Amino acid sequence: MPKHDVLVIGAGLAGQRAALSAAEQGVSVAIISKVHPVRSHSNAAQGGINAALHPDDSWESHAFDTVKGSDYLGDQDAIEVMCREAPEELLYLEHIGVTFHRAPDGTLGTRAFGGASKARTYYVADITGQAIMHTLYEQMMRFDAKIDRYEEWFTTELALDSDGNCVGAVTRNIRDGSMELFEAKAVILATGGSGQVWKPTTNALICTGDGIAQAYRLGAKLMDMEMIQYHPTCLAGKGFLITEGARGEGAHLLNAKGERFMERYAPNKMELASRDVVSRAEQTEINEGRGFPDGTIALDITVVPKKRITEALREIVLVGRDFAGVDITREPIHVKPGNHYAMGGVKADTWGRSNVPGLYAAGEVACVSVHGGNRLGANSLLDTLIFGRRSGVHAAERAKAIDHGVASRAILRDEEAKIATIIGRERGAGRRISEIKFELGTAMDQHVAVFRDAEGIETALQTVKRLKEEARTAYIDDRGTIFNQDVLGALELENMLDCAESTCVAAAHRTESRGAQFRTDHPERNDAEWLKHIDLSCGDSGPEISYSEVTITQWQPMARTY
Amino acid sequence: MSDFTIKVRRYQPESGDPAYYQAFDVELDPTLSVLDGLLQARDRDDGSLAVRCSCRAAICGSCGVKVNGQSTLACKTRLEDAQAIANKMAGDSLEGNAPIVIEPMGNMSVIKDLITDMESTHWEKFRRVTPWLIPDGAPPEREYIVSQEAMVDVTQAVACIQCGACVSACLSLEADPDFIGPAALAKAYRFVGDPRDGRTTERLFDLANDPHGIYDCTHCFSCVEACPKGVAPMDQIMRLRRIAGHDHEIDDLNNGRRHELAFAKNIERYGTLDESLLLQESYAPGVKAKLKPTPAAIKGLLSSLPTAVRGIRTGKMRSLKKLIPGIHPKLPGDSQKRVRAIYAHSEAHREELNLYVLGEDE
Repeated sequence: MPKHDVLVIGAGLAGQRAALSAAEQGVSVAIISKVHPVRSHSNAAQGGINAALHPDDSWESHAFDTVKGSDYLGDQDAIEVMCREAPEELLYLEHIGVTFHRAPDGTLGTRAFGGASKARTYYVADITGQAIMHTLYEQMMRFDAKIDRYEEWFTTELALDSDGNCVGAVTRNIRDGSMELFEAKAVILATGGSGQVWKPTTNALICTGDGIAQAYRLGAKLMDMEMIQYHPTCLAGKGFLITEGARGEGAHLLNAKGERFMERYAPNKMELASRDVVSRAEQTEINEGRGFPDGTIALDITVVPKKRITEALREIVLVGRDFAGVDITREPIHVKPGNHYAMGGVKADTWGRSNVPGLYAAGEVACVSVHGGNRLGANSLLDTLIFGRRSGVHAAERAKAIDHGVASRAILRDEEAKIATIIGRERGAGRRISEIKFELGTAMDQHVAVFRDAEGIETALQTVKRLKEEARTAYIDDRGTIFNQDVLGALELENMLDCAESTCVAAAHRTESRGAQFRTDHPERNDAEWLKHIDLSCGDSGPEISYSEVTITQWQPMARTY
Repeated sequence: MSDFTIKVRRYQPESGDPAYYQAFDVELDPTLSVLDGLLQARDRDDGSLAVRCSCRAAICGSCGVKVNGQSTLACKTRLEDAQAIANKMAGDSLEGNAPIVIEPMGNMSVIKDLITDMESTHWEKFRRVTPWLIPDGAPPEREYIVSQEAMVDVTQAVACIQCGACVSACLSLEADPDFIGPAALAKAYRFVGDPRDGRTTERLFDLANDPHGIYDCTHCFSCVEACPKGVAPMDQIMRLRRIAGHDHEIDDLNNGRRHELAFAKNIERYGTLDESLLLQESYAPGVKAKLKPTPAAIKGLLSSLPTAVRGIRTGKMRSLKKLIPGIHPKLPGDSQKRVRAIYAHSEAHREELNLYVLGEDE
């Protein structure tokens, strides 16, 4: 029975940063991940990381841009923490070896990004997430003696003690199918987002909302679940991401008539308005018949000097070539808004604490809420690192102050039984897991996307409820113990369905338009009624709704134009 | 939509059966990937078909496999391209389409179907190169001041996603499973090339003297061809050699540096390889002038005798004349002069290729 002071679940940027900072406090740390850490989805963050490091910049300016980007739903105390600590975190990354782009004088150089009033995005070509994550993994190897790594272990459920403290997690060793109860004084969730609930999505196949759903079932509150970001530049059909860095470097968005249509929607910031604004503009062009026949608009990167493309957008050159058959240095590439990021998640304070004692959350799984209704590009890496580090520090402090709680031994047996039941389901008696996933993704992308209305959301919710029923009898083929990915897929589906239900309920409840939630039946922002968070708790018959106030420190809500 | 047949090498460890091949029919847009084909087969036909995968976009490095024998990422290989190669390999007698053959990566033991054990074949060696930055002293208050050129230079190695395609394709690993390998050595260069690192000499000394280190690479280009991210691991190994041998003049226990110098000197002098001198120069440089071979040189020369004899016996060495030093033919006309000019140029410019191109904006 593995026992540690701090247990981190998920090994992307937030998880690795949390493990490193907890270990630095001198406590024993374990980090569990269902994939090898370097396979985590933080890899996919291309464009960069924001920090007001330059002497001409200020954290206040960064914070205001973030508040405005969030459509005033972000909690300003949390945003202040993130923006104040950003420069120090960036220097930490530089000191441990991240190969950030340099200015001619050898200092760190920046690029422009959406929704920002200054060029404050630091980057490594267009592989920033990958470069940072692999560097953190180097540090995890360096501190091998302090951090136990459990690579390719799948967490099936979180564990409570009789006082309601989170005291560990039940996990399955994917390699041999054995189950373990990991005991800990504090558990940090860093399991990422839930993008696979939508199809297509920029998110990796592993982004199935496991941590969000597990925390929710344990009793943790979810917040801002209706806020789902659609990224403006995704490859049609396949959903692959074209970095916002392309527009940061000067690329244009054109409709089928060749017009730079952002002139009509955001005359000042043009292509570099907030993502929700750009995605809505694109979708409007497409819906009103000014898109291309395949339901796309064009991203013209050819206006960026070729040498600059080769140096700073190399990954996009490869994506264009390998996945779209387009040489982006010579011709425009067709894109459309695509599911990208969950602003909502497990409600957490600025130290990562959820409402369940001992349970922390950091990164996309969490909602602090620094992104509110809409996340700015290059703020997600920052969010993972700042709140990953803070969660690690606080979880370590908690671990030093208390003794180990006792998890109910029954939970391990329950989880083993659950898996045995899934494996034992009669083949052909229900639907295939893959069919249910496909139907879920399609329904969510159709009804809970850039534009929403009550009827569509209700249709999606009813679909989700039916699929939840069908998932109970869905069968799998693999009956083995070694790398049984089939049974993990069934567990992931349950998690996805819980996330989908929460998003539908919150989206239906918020009868206004703010950030990523645009209701065609309630097209205006309504601060009088809706300047508040929707919190969800797991009830007997689905999510139960409550509210929490938005924290406002110095920026009163204003009209939002770009 | 087109129809494809993928033929997958299956191994189900709990069945007690040996590995076998199974064909799946899939129906997909030809611009979609081999991974999409595998996932469709898994979704529709057999959920027990095991393959690691996550991002679908050649970023996470999970889905390293062999497609038609070539090590690559399944998600980066288009079905139509894989089909064309499969058909070409099947030859002229083929009617219709040949199946696209998908197998687990090479040089690694197989755990299940397309899932291999990368821990013992890659990650262990990866950790062996001390893969983290070790600066001299405490960090500065702000960032380290380094040139953009230096950052771009190491970013080629930073672009590695640890997918293992190069490890799978490496011919040296096939001969010497203890070879540190292309991916781990590319990682080593990432620190050697970083001006912020303070252990350059120690790293180079270590990698040069390890009998399974930088001189174990045979320059076959397989890793360069297999790498889906343009990391060109072999180039990184050659950079390590150049910095170890040329800049730091590390005379390694493997005789790697002297062997390399012998090649270079030989070509500079004769234009083509004089194998009779190669051995002598490698093991006992200067032996002709001083007539004083070191004990190590004599040992080295003697130990290479069986190889020479084997070469003669198997017919690889076809002209015995070539073994006699000094009668090697010279290049015609002023060709040798031009060879020397190339040497002078490359010495002066230190030229090499780097995919992260630097330069003025147009």
